Amino acid sequence: MPNAPDRVLFQRILFTAILLLLPFAVDALLGRGWLRIVDFAMLYIMLALGLNIVVGYAGLLDLGYIAFFAVGAYCYALADSPHLALAFPQLFPDGVHLSLLIVLPMAALLAGGMGVLLGAPTLKLRGDYLAIVTLGFGEIIRIFMNNLNAPVNLTNGPQGISRIDPISIAGVSFNATQRIFGITFPSVHLYFYLFLFFAMLVVFISRRLERSRIGRAWMAIREDEIAASAMGINTRNLKLLAFAMGAAFGGISGTLFAGFQGFVSPESFSLMESVMVLCMVVLGGMGHIYGVILGGLLLALMPEILRHSVVPLQQALFGKTIIDPESLRMLLFGIALILVMLYRPAGLWPSRVRRRELSTDEKTR
Amino acid sequence: MEIFLQQIINGVVQGSVYALVALGYTMVYGILGLINFAHGEVVMMGAMISLSALTALIGMGLSPLLALPLSLVLAIAVCMLLGYGIERIAYRPLRHAPRLAPLITAIGVSIVLQNLAMMIWGRDYHSFPQLFVNQAHQMGGAIINDIQLFIVIAAVCVMAGLMFVVHRTRLGRAMRAVAENQHAAQLMGVNVNRVVSITFMIGSALAALAGMMVSANYGLAHYYMGFLLGLKAFTAAVLGGIGNLRGAMLGGLLLGLIESLGAGYIGDITGGFMGSQYQDVFAFMVLIAVLLFRPSGLLGERLAERA
Repeated sequence: MPNAPDRVLFQRILFTAILLLLPFAVDALLGRGWLRIVDFAMLYIMLALGLNIVVGYAGLLDLGYIAFFAVGAYCYALADSPHLALAFPQLFPDGVHLSLLIVLPMAALLAGGMGVLLGAPTLKLRGDYLAIVTLGFGEIIRIFMNNLNAPVNLTNGPQGISRIDPISIAGVSFNATQRIFGITFPSVHLYFYLFLFFAMLVVFISRRLERSRIGRAWMAIREDEIAASAMGINTRNLKLLAFAMGAAFGGISGTLFAGFQGFVSPESFSLMESVMVLCMVVLGGMGHIYGVILGGLLLALMPEILRHSVVPLQQALFGKTIIDPESLRMLLFGIALILVMLYRPAGLWPSRVRRRELSTDEKTR
Repeated sequence: MEIFLQQIINGVVQGSVYALVALGYTMVYGILGLINFAHGEVVMMGAMISLSALTALIGMGLSPLLALPLSLVLAIAVCMLLGYGIERIAYRPLRHAPRLAPLITAIGVSIVLQNLAMMIWGRDYHSFPQLFVNQAHQMGGAIINDIQLFIVIAAVCVMAGLMFVVHRTRLGRAMRAVAENQHAAQLMGVNVNRVVSITFMIGSALAALAGMMVSANYGLAHYYMGFLLGLKAFTAAVLGGIGNLRGAMLGGLLLGLIESLGAGYIGDITGGFMGSQYQDVFAFMVLIAVLLFRPSGLLGERLAERA
């Protein structure tokens, strides 16, 4: 029997190998369409982990989180498309085409700044009030994106910005099949590895944060803000930091989203999306990284699985499609949300600490 | 000046609807400390049910004078049942769960209701049948029509009735007691579960009425109408001070006025840079401003921070 560090190392190598081979497995077993869905799921996981910092660690309920995703996406859309040529023909005759490596930090900074901007005035608010202000903030951003096509066409209104450059790093375009070391990597595979890299980065940062002074301070604020400030924690700065961090991660995933999809419109940033990301965090297990990843994966994949199973199932049972599959799958999704919360109110995979807290609660009551 | 008066009238009409919906939010929040996110969908269900019932009853050859109240009663009854069911299934089992759990079930419920409505009524807009000649009255140069007049009067009557129930009856006293302190109320012999159920049913009845009003006023109903309406009504409730009945009425009225005046004049103020398409921004701007300067709302009491 190998000793413990060896086993951990072995597990890590196995895990890495599985992740690296995953796109080929999905491609071979389920087809390219599913790999694309998995790519989107990775983006959602990144978003969920970003929101987890705000909601899970610092306990600040943010219902407008998708706005930061939108800021990142529009940042990339403006900085890497011919669109700005419409608004400023003299300044940018063929639009702007910056490298991802410049846009990414820019978007993260801008989104983080927006996070502070939202956080600063709302610091005093608690719980539900904060939720509703952030919700309003998200809607304001969306309405502006919808209407900033006049008098200066900045966002192209409801039509959105199309013809966005695909992501390319150091001259390697992610939108074409690449041959590296004799292995052929189609575009979706490349995007998978890119997103995997960033998702891992976010996981790594989250884990380090969680165990740092900052992370512990956030959790102290989450449990009892007054007690935390009595212990000498600067609650104002730390809450702002949580907002900024979460928002920056949102901005980064937005940037990647815009490059991957090649098209952005306000429709992708509705309140429903914010709610979806929040559901991922809460359903998976607030404040627990692996729980949140599970939640993100489940909620991103479930609608697609339902989409592919609802129609054939009806065909098999009744011989024809009786109920509109789109609404049926959302209906089932809603029912699933309710059921999971009724039977696992702390989430599907809560952290060990949280589980212990809840079980002692039961005993003392 | 006529335009100003017209905007005021539109604002009051819209505001009465917001107020009715906001009352549902505020009553539930006052008693359970919970945002009933599914409330907007109950409004939508009320609108759709009353509209279908009305169309069916008219089709059966009933006189509009009889069909209108009948369909309203039906919508109210169904919505009350719905409100009761929502509380029983999605909220009651989670009363002692972590705070975010009931929020997620509420979101689940509203997704379910929305898609149920889409299955039943489809994605199309449904138009409200034209029953009477909707007469327009001149008021100092501005126009108010019969439906709008009816909305304002009905809203005022219903709100007066609600105030009577809450402040003058045994049930109202029980509701206030539960809102003050659930455990103490229970010790005094109040059946808390029953009071909570009744509160949800009253709120849902108001929502059904509001739903019918909105669809009559705009002549349209749609499976997606509940979402934004619910959001704004919640804003109104916060504006007035959530948990406070008078606050919800005041907040609803104010929000309606701010919206219609804002949408009417924003073009002039910003020199044509922003138009009435920014109408929806106002609600949220107002909300943020109020929360910054008076977080407990206009009529809310200053609450000590709750842990």
